[in-house]
Amino acid sequence: MPETMTLIAGRTMKQGQALNAGKLKDDYREVTSTGEMNLDDMARLGLKDGDAVRLKTRVGETVVRCKGRKAADLPAGLIFMAYGPPSSQLMASDTALSGMPLSKNLEVEVEPLPAGQG
Amino acid sequence: MGENIRVIENATCTFCGCVCDDQILTVDDDAKRITKVQNTCALGRAWFTEHFDEKRPAAMIDGREVSVAEAVEKAARILASARYPVTYGLSDTTCEAQRHAVAISDLIGGNLDTTTSVCHGPSGIAFEGVGESTSTLGEIKNRADLVIFWGGNPAESHPRLFSRYTIMPKGLYLPNGRKDRTVVLVDVRRTKSAPVADIFLQVKPGKDFEVLWALRALVKGRRVDDDLETTTGIPFDTLVDLAERMKNCRYGVLLFGMGLTMTRGRHFNSGALLALASDLNEFTHFVAKPVRGHGNVTGADNVVAWQTGFPFGVNFSRGYPRFNPGEFTTVDLLSRQEADAALIVASDPAANFPRAAVERLKQIPLVVLDPKETATSRLARVAFSTAPYGISAPGTVYRMDDVAISLRPAFESPYPSDEAILSAIKQRVTELLAERRGAA
Repeated sequence: MPETMTLIAGRTMKQGQALNAGKLKDDYREVTSTGEMNLDDMARLGLKDGDAVRLKTRVGETVVRCKGRKAADLPAGLIFMAYGPPSSQLMASDTALSGMPLSKNLEVEVEPLPAGQG
Repeated sequence: MGENIRVIENATCTFCGCVCDDQILTVDDDAKRITKVQNTCALGRAWFTEHFDEKRPAAMIDGREVSVAEAVEKAARILASARYPVTYGLSDTTCEAQRHAVAISDLIGGNLDTTTSVCHGPSGIAFEGVGESTSTLGEIKNRADLVIFWGGNPAESHPRLFSRYTIMPKGLYLPNGRKDRTVVLVDVRRTKSAPVADIFLQVKPGKDFEVLWALRALVKGRRVDDDLETTTGIPFDTLVDLAERMKNCRYGVLLFGMGLTMTRGRHFNSGALLALASDLNEFTHFVAKPVRGHGNVTGADNVVAWQTGFPFGVNFSRGYPRFNPGEFTTVDLLSRQEADAALIVASDPAANFPRAAVERLKQIPLVVLDPKETATSRLARVAFSTAPYGISAPGTVYRMDDVAISLRPAFESPYPSDEAILSAIKQRVTELLAERRGAA
């Protein structure tokens, strides 16, 4: 059964550097399809760095590679990833009459993928 | 390295809203690229060194190389014949180019929106409701002895905000620099910015409003539920301590990021923070500034505001400007399948927008101006490669504190500037509309 977690998309240094080189290049693709997860969450889900997980919201889904973060840095139940096309797949278009779609604190289903998938 | 090497001092970096104007560039005129950058951060270095002639066509129609003149003609015809077009982007180009984009939108009776709507647009809405106790970064550097970062990670997004403007430099009334300041960081995770903070408050996701409102109450001496920690993750005593520090500093500043605007509550979160800053002026001097992402997003707000009266989300279809976020903002216009053409300047919504909006981008004719190939330029009916501003195009930009700064380009680009292309489109749209009126 997929777990439900909270996704936060944001900016990172590597993402900022990679977008200058070109957003269609491999570096940018890689940095925007990496999901940072709490190490305890990863252990519980049987995940290690580089494993693929599917993230799914009501409107879309994407596959990211896991990267572990200490519990002191990233609380349990949170996933962080750099803004980019994969995180945009998960955003709903409703802006609640503000113009702004929500891209932080999204509820996502997290499903570990078997090796070789994703 | 070529033989024609020049050094340009006091060049301006336009990657982020810090707009650092003390950059020293070494330019190889033979290779037409910047080979060395001093006084910069890792983001600035990437910005300057990764922009060079990538040997792309200056203009394309449906992926086929054409002359710039042909592309201008096609773009003008698309825009002049659209019924409900939107102009979008504008935060990574000069104010001079932005002016032309506003004029085009006005001429064609379309919608005009900038990346502000998916950045600090909610803060813009909050400014209108609450007001802004504001300052320049120079004032903050020289006076602020309490610096609070809320919902942002400047160590990775705006590195020199720390070193040049807010934490490290010695100031007129802060002769010992860092030692004279107390630095607070509020965020939902311990980011790379946390080590620079004296106090780190880890708030539960989506609970910023509750913390800000509790601080307002504490500042005013009102009773606050001491079980607040259960809701917010922040101990009651920590909040009491912060409220006292805020009231007793000489000059405080709240620098806030998209941790407030891109989460549930949006403009209510920004409004709560702005209201807290206003409240604190009963006790001391306190200001609040949004930390802005793109190099001239602040210029976009200024130019659109001085020309239309509103900062973003503007519609001209009645012949005069109207402002309504949620109706005239680009994500909404596209997701509701309303926009029937788009002029996109220096922005990549096909990569950054929700799926429903991107699907609409795939259906309508797009006119795209960008120095780089992007997911959006690949969808374009008409695509222009343009000179990157600040590196190859001159003009004016606004730093995040609304200070205007002139650009000092490093080398000439083979591509025209956004300003030149938009000026030509404006001219041709004007002619086409006049012909149509004449025919009628």
